[in-house]
Amino acid sequence: MSTPVSGVPINQSEIEWRLPYRGTIGMGCLILAESAVFIIFVVAYVYYLGKSLNGPTPSQVLELPILGTICLLSSSVTAHLAVSALRKGNLRSCTANLAGTVLLGLIFLCTTAREWYHLIHDEHLTIKTNLFGTTYYALVGLHATHVVIGLVLLFTAFVFALAGRVKEEHLEKLDVLSIYWHFVDAVWVVVFLVVYVLGR
Amino acid sequence: MQAIDETTASQDRRAPVSIIYEWLTTVDHKKIGLMYIAFALFFLLVGGVEALLIRIQLMVPNNHFLSPQVFNRLFTMHGTTMVFFAGMPILFGFGNYLVPLMIGARDMAFPKLNAFSFWISAFGGILLYFSYFGGSGLYAAGTAPDVGWFAYAPLTSKVFSPGHSTDYWSLSLFLSGIGSIGTALNIVTTILCMRCKGMTMTRLPLLPWLYLVTSGLVFVAVGPLSAAQIMLTLDRYLGAHFFDTQAGGSAVLWMHFFWIFGHPEVYILVLPAFAFANEIIPVFSRKAMFGYPAMVAASVAIGFVSLSVWAHHMFTVGMGPAGNTFFVFATMVISVPTGIKIFNWLATIWGGKISFAVPMLFCIGFLFQFLVAGLTGIMLSAAPFNWQLNNSYFVVAHFHYVLVGAILFALFGAFYYWYPKVTGKLMNETLGKWHFWLMVVGFHLTFDFMHIPGILGMPRRIYTYEANRGWQGWNMIVGVGGVIQAVAILCFVYNLISSYRHGEDAGTDPWDAWTLEWATQSPPPSYNFAIEPTVASRRPLWDLKHPEDPDSDYE
Repeated sequence: MSTPVSGVPINQSEIEWRLPYRGTIGMGCLILAESAVFIIFVVAYVYYLGKSLNGPTPSQVLELPILGTICLLSSSVTAHLAVSALRKGNLRSCTANLAGTVLLGLIFLCTTAREWYHLIHDEHLTIKTNLFGTTYYALVGLHATHVVIGLVLLFTAFVFALAGRVKEEHLEKLDVLSIYWHFVDAVWVVVFLVVYVLGR
Repeated sequence: MQAIDETTASQDRRAPVSIIYEWLTTVDHKKIGLMYIAFALFFLLVGGVEALLIRIQLMVPNNHFLSPQVFNRLFTMHGTTMVFFAGMPILFGFGNYLVPLMIGARDMAFPKLNAFSFWISAFGGILLYFSYFGGSGLYAAGTAPDVGWFAYAPLTSKVFSPGHSTDYWSLSLFLSGIGSIGTALNIVTTILCMRCKGMTMTRLPLLPWLYLVTSGLVFVAVGPLSAAQIMLTLDRYLGAHFFDTQAGGSAVLWMHFFWIFGHPEVYILVLPAFAFANEIIPVFSRKAMFGYPAMVAASVAIGFVSLSVWAHHMFTVGMGPAGNTFFVFATMVISVPTGIKIFNWLATIWGGKISFAVPMLFCIGFLFQFLVAGLTGIMLSAAPFNWQLNNSYFVVAHFHYVLVGAILFALFGAFYYWYPKVTGKLMNETLGKWHFWLMVVGFHLTFDFMHIPGILGMPRRIYTYEANRGWQGWNMIVGVGGVIQAVAILCFVYNLISSYRHGEDAGTDPWDAWTLEWATQSPPPSYNFAIEPTVASRRPLWDLKHPEDPDSDYE
């Protein structure tokens, strides 16, 4: 039976009332929307495969970015380690793992930059050259943009950790950031398969 | 009934500057919701004036009231404005205002993101209209877009659309897309993470449920639109070739990308309209909503199926029989969950103690007109029929039947229903009935008769026509209907303003309703509820008013 207290009925039997953490749900929504964006770019890439009217073709100019891929995928591991270190209260290990994540992400960005320099400077492939150039730079560039955003956030977290400002109550926030970083990595797996394996 | 919060709102007079500063910097979901609604109402009026100009141009044959170029700009701006800067913001405005109140929360999950989303959407709308100052106008930057609201390639390429008009179009849509995704994210997070004690998902009122589905659609539909705008901008600024047919690019790909957004968009607009009907119809029939689980299931089903129907806009593009058949089937399947909803509304009204107040009148208009719109929708979803009428005025009449006859009518119902909550004053019933009947007459004159020139072969976006086509009488009726609707809307706007000054005091709960927003005072204080409520059923205020027979005993 309910009793009116200050306008609304109160359930007498106190129920356990737990709701999900808002950061996780918000990040899930953002990832859903971002996935839709990436799918459109991937579809455009696949749709235009082999439809360029002139060269160069992917098989002529693309090389497998092995080093970058290894670095980016391992950075997901270090991001995860940073979160679990914070969960155990090990701040020193958390800081070190954040530094490792940022470093590995930076190496990945450098390999992409080197690849773009090679393509533009040596192979004369730009976004204007043909459909391959258009879709390649758009898709890889979109992913690189997400890497840059993730790195800025991770670097900020690292600076706070270095200054000793990261505490256990920030665990959920760091976890949300790591979810974003895992998403960026997962997208790279798709981009790698579509652009460098299937497309070549 | 006593309000939860007993503190009276402070009546002190403050300097206008500080009031303006407070509104500009607010993160309160109610103020942001109201700003969304005000912004959208402004654009609704602008888009309405554009529609009137279009109708005046078409009333008589061989008319040269407008120049062809101005006509092209007007229909482009009308479509873009109504969908992106009137339709979506007004629905988000209601969502922003009502969702936290209905789930017993004090604010949205991310108040600052909420303000950011609103301002970036508003900036998108301003940017779109800023384009009018270009070209032959004030700044030599470009001029209003004239590529149609779906901006088919290759019309949008640099060659066919020089200047910056198309850039204004794509950038303003990109900005409003960011705003929409931000708001949708906020609504989902609010509903999932901020519900008051006892409000399980099965006790959630239907309005938040439908906003949950709508927001889900926003993620998967607006994302592709933003992606397509990025591609278009790359084409126009950096010389990329996504939609450049000269370099092997595809114009059909743009159609696919646009309609992957464009069709779910219709459901993004119509689901909140369903949500308003879901709240209003039971209250004015004095019965609990019939088939709550079926309503939720049907909404979720509509959300999913609407993602697989986009190519019914493209039957004549040459997808082949297999593609056409799939999209005919998928489109027709949507009528099943929609039918369930209509039956449930009728079953709620059936045997109820119906009160024909203005909100209920608008909902009954909504029910009837939505049914007719659904029937012409089924006609158009059949590919052979569609081949005959594609891009004719029949299509224009069909989708305006949904957008005006269903969505706008439900929206007006919502205005009359929640106005007392927002302002503490009732809207004038007599003026409201005038508004309703003028609107009904104007609407049916306009959009019933618009089907006929369509069947007689009048294409959409036509600038003018010869006298011997047999379209002129129909277009005259359509134009007169448009003028009557304009009068009805002026009636409504006058009512909005004058009721705020002279309206009767509404009290906390003028309709004797059942959901939580009516438990707090009108207008609600900035913290909504002084004590966070606890609920035990789908109709918490019924439980409160009838402690001898609460709903919670039956659920």
